[in-house]
Amino acid sequence: MSIATVRRRGALLGGSRSFWSLLAWVVAILFFFPVLWMVLEALKTEAQAASIPPTILFVPTLEQFQAVLSRDFPPFFINSAIATIGSTMLVILLGLPAAYALAIRPVKRTRDALFFFISTRFLPFAASLVPLYILARDLHLLDNILALIVIYTTINLPLGVWLLRSFLLEIPNDLFEAARVDGAGFFDELVGIVLPLVMPGLAATALICLIFTWNEFFYAVNLTSSVAATSPIFLVGFISGRGLFYAKLSAAATLASLPVLLAGWIAQKQLIRGLTMGAVK
Amino acid sequence: MQNPLAALSFRLSERAPGTARPLATRLAGLVVAVLAAAACSPGAGGGGGGGAQTTITMAAVDNPQMEDLQKLVPEFQAQHSNIQVKIVILPENQLRQQVTQDIATHSGRYDLATIGTYEVPLWAKNGWIENLGPYIQKASSYDANDLIAGVSKALSYKDSLYAVPFYGESSFLMYRKDLLQQAGVTMSEHPTWDEVAAAARKVNDPGKGISGICLRGLPGWGEQLAPLDTMVNTFGGRWYDPQWNAQLTSAKFKSAVSFYVDLVKSAGEPGAANDGFTECLSIYNGGKAAMWYDATVGASNLTGSAAQNSGFAYAPVKDTKYSGWLWAWALGMPSSSSKKDAAWTFMSWATSKDYIKLVGSKLGWSHVPPGTRSSTYQLSEYQSVAGPYAKITLDSIAQADVNHPTVDPVPYTGVQYVDIPEFQELGTQVSQQIAAALAGTATVDQALQQSQQFADAVGKNYRPK
Amino acid sequence: MSQPNVSKPAVPGSAVVAEVRRPRAAASAARRDSWLRRLPLLPALVYVFLITQIPFALTVYYSFFSWNLLRPGSFQFAGLQNYAAVLTESSTRIAIVNTVVLTLCAVAIAVVIGVLIALLLNREVFGKGVLRTLMIGPFLVMPTAAALIWKDTLLNPIFGLVDYVLSPIGLGHVDWVNRFPMATIVTIEVWRWTPFMMLIVMAGLQSQNLETLEAARVDGADAIATFRYITLPFIRPFIELGALLGSLFIVQTFDSIFMTTQGGPGQATTNIPFLLYLVAFQGFDVGKASAIGVFAVILTMIVATFALRTLFTIFHVEARR
Repeated sequence: MSIATVRRRGALLGGSRSFWSLLAWVVAILFFFPVLWMVLEALKTEAQAASIPPTILFVPTLEQFQAVLSRDFPPFFINSAIATIGSTMLVILLGLPAAYALAIRPVKRTRDALFFFISTRFLPFAASLVPLYILARDLHLLDNILALIVIYTTINLPLGVWLLRSFLLEIPNDLFEAARVDGAGFFDELVGIVLPLVMPGLAATALICLIFTWNEFFYAVNLTSSVAATSPIFLVGFISGRGLFYAKLSAAATLASLPVLLAGWIAQKQLIRGLTMGAVK
Repeated sequence: MQNPLAALSFRLSERAPGTARPLATRLAGLVVAVLAAAACSPGAGGGGGGGAQTTITMAAVDNPQMEDLQKLVPEFQAQHSNIQVKIVILPENQLRQQVTQDIATHSGRYDLATIGTYEVPLWAKNGWIENLGPYIQKASSYDANDLIAGVSKALSYKDSLYAVPFYGESSFLMYRKDLLQQAGVTMSEHPTWDEVAAAARKVNDPGKGISGICLRGLPGWGEQLAPLDTMVNTFGGRWYDPQWNAQLTSAKFKSAVSFYVDLVKSAGEPGAANDGFTECLSIYNGGKAAMWYDATVGASNLTGSAAQNSGFAYAPVKDTKYSGWLWAWALGMPSSSSKKDAAWTFMSWATSKDYIKLVGSKLGWSHVPPGTRSSTYQLSEYQSVAGPYAKITLDSIAQADVNHPTVDPVPYTGVQYVDIPEFQELGTQVSQQIAAALAGTATVDQALQQSQQFADAVGKNYRPK
Repeated sequence: MSQPNVSKPAVPGSAVVAEVRRPRAAASAARRDSWLRRLPLLPALVYVFLITQIPFALTVYYSFFSWNLLRPGSFQFAGLQNYAAVLTESSTRIAIVNTVVLTLCAVAIAVVIGVLIALLLNREVFGKGVLRTLMIGPFLVMPTAAALIWKDTLLNPIFGLVDYVLSPIGLGHVDWVNRFPMATIVTIEVWRWTPFMMLIVMAGLQSQNLETLEAARVDGADAIATFRYITLPFIRPFIELGALLGSLFIVQTFDSIFMTTQGGPGQATTNIPFLLYLVAFQGFDVGKASAIGVFAVILTMIVATFALRTLFTIFHVEARR
């Protein structure tokens, strides 16, 4: 290998870890900036939040968070948690076997099944909302968190099935051959081989489903009123028609996003853990 | 067959010691917890709670006054321990859509709802909201005569009140006395639009970032069309003639819209198509606009130097004597509610003279909901806070007449809207076209041509066959 | 499906009997195997079928009626009237064009940026975990709140932060939202969906076989070659998956349009979901909204069938066992 090649390789591979780190941080902060700005707005007074020019340096205050919490946030939060965790669990429970059936021991009509799942997402929500609303009303499921769990699971199952299928396809055939030679059956395969190796994929899928259901607004606002209302409904209630509200809205949005941020952080660990498992292969 | 969950934990502990097992048990625990919570949560089951308690659910719009109401609900419940009030706060668009859907399909989710002068006549006609006349007659201390006449009329159908007013507003002009003085301009108390436009152009100073006037341009039948329609009315224009022919391309309508667009382009704030009430409030408060034509309640939101230096004038006119709009948020009772008496108890409390005094003493006199009762304007405490603009507000509301909004006769009611069910969609479509004119991507003619088509399609539904 | 191994028996006579018995046994074993394969799929399939097709059937039903919620008693059979209105109005055509433009642009840009960032964050960089969590930020915030923050606190020509930052270089007071409405919506959607693409591609990058990469490095391949010949083909299914799923969601973009441009100026940013919202929730015309919905489904089916068959390799079923 010539000196030139080594130098070129070094330059492209960037032996400089700090250069790539710097770039990564700049990009991440750029993307994160609107969120950061929102959190900053939450710490200002309403006058500061809508000031001209924008207030960059200020003394932070917690009054917006106090104002937001004085509107009884916990019930909304709990409803969101129930709807989100419930539907995500159901998606994994139903979706993983389905993905298995479409990836590892494929069904004859895999393509049709895959297409069917995707096609259920073609109808825009505004067209199906009134029929759904009337169905829910007749089944006495209006303002009931179970209705939301059912609908969110339906919305996310196609996503979950497609995602999990892709992750399952990565598992090399030899592992299954070896297991079959050992006499392993369907459950042994699923639990012994598939689950450990699909963990990063499972974590990514669960995180994505979690985020979608946590932030879902339109089905929630139409199918609930006071008892089963979720966080997004709490949030938009701060959009005032006759007064300044940016700071309060930012505070409410920050509070509402914290749990999902936490979930994202936990999922990180799963994603990284998956890497070490893969290396042990 | 083995329990799959047990097999799961067993297998995982074999394959990946230490890491996967805690996860599996955590997962299993979560599943159990969630299902248990779902089963026990009040949303899922029938819920406990017994006794003679009635719970009423109210859908409310998010206004500062409604937020105050929510804060004072404990006071109500202290006096009426058998009634529990749950208030659901939503932004205006969502609220209107939810309540309409609820009432139209008789779902009974809400026992009480905030509705406006736009909905009341339409819904009363459909029998969707309860006639409050009998309730008022029985309540001797309610004093319905104290309600401001114009507001009362706008909330009535066939001379009977169908919703009780909680908040009322008209429109007027707010201006910075200091900025106008610097440019050598004075503003009369009853200005004409020509006077206002001239003043705006003189004060307009892009170099210092100060616009002559801030006007709404945000698309929406309740946003941009509110001030624009009042201008159309006072210029002698109208949406439909008595035979329901759309008049959007008539000379007077066009002259009003052109005037509005020209004024915004020459002396208005940059990016007007972004700006509704809240944005204009920020701009005026920040000293970036010398004048602001908008809702009367804007005055109570002013801060800083804007608050200290503002003067107030009646809504500018051309061919009429007054041109302010009329809007009120009122509490209405869906006919499908099963708790009408409890609902009446609450709504009469929330719109009573006592409530006004309660807000004033507990939260401050600037929090008092304006524009509902004449007695409010006679309270000295309120006068001391709202002094400069209280009289103009009261007068503007009193002079706005939903039944005779225009110079020439019209087949509809409503000052800054056309009180037909189709107007929500029509108004939004037309305001989108005009926003394009404001943004410079279409001419006023093009915008009005297209709008005329939309309006004509709707007018067809009403023309005698 | 593989056939069981048939070996010749030692005794000729019994061979005939055995061979007659084996095909029947083979056939029923094949059927049992086929049902066993279907079993894991059934719960999800049945569940989704029930919950989506019943409301959809209702939607189709309503599309043949004229029903305006604001006019009680207006529920009447209208045949194909709604469809005729949908097909002839210019609003529909404009909405379709806007939907296509928005989806294609947003997905393409988000995929490219997502892949680049995934590659970047897959390297040895300081604080990888924190970086990844930061990158997910845009995806976490509720779309409605985020769009409002973008429109008012960032992009407003008078009091927005972007204006404040760009004024010194002469780009002040630019009305981004109304002069470049589609670009604004695309920007907000790209901002929101790049993390999604990144997550999927990253999960794919992490399931790469490190030995293969190591072998390539030992053989003297530089970073670009490794990427082009090993990594890229490996993550291509993940990229496609991200693009496919992302398109499904971006086609339904509503929140950002509703909060920033309200479909305007004019109809410049009215896409199909927003048009549906206008018709269904401001006009309360349930019949026409249902017709638009059915029409949207049919259109998307045509496009999706074509796209999945030609463009996406992930749709082809791999031969396994």
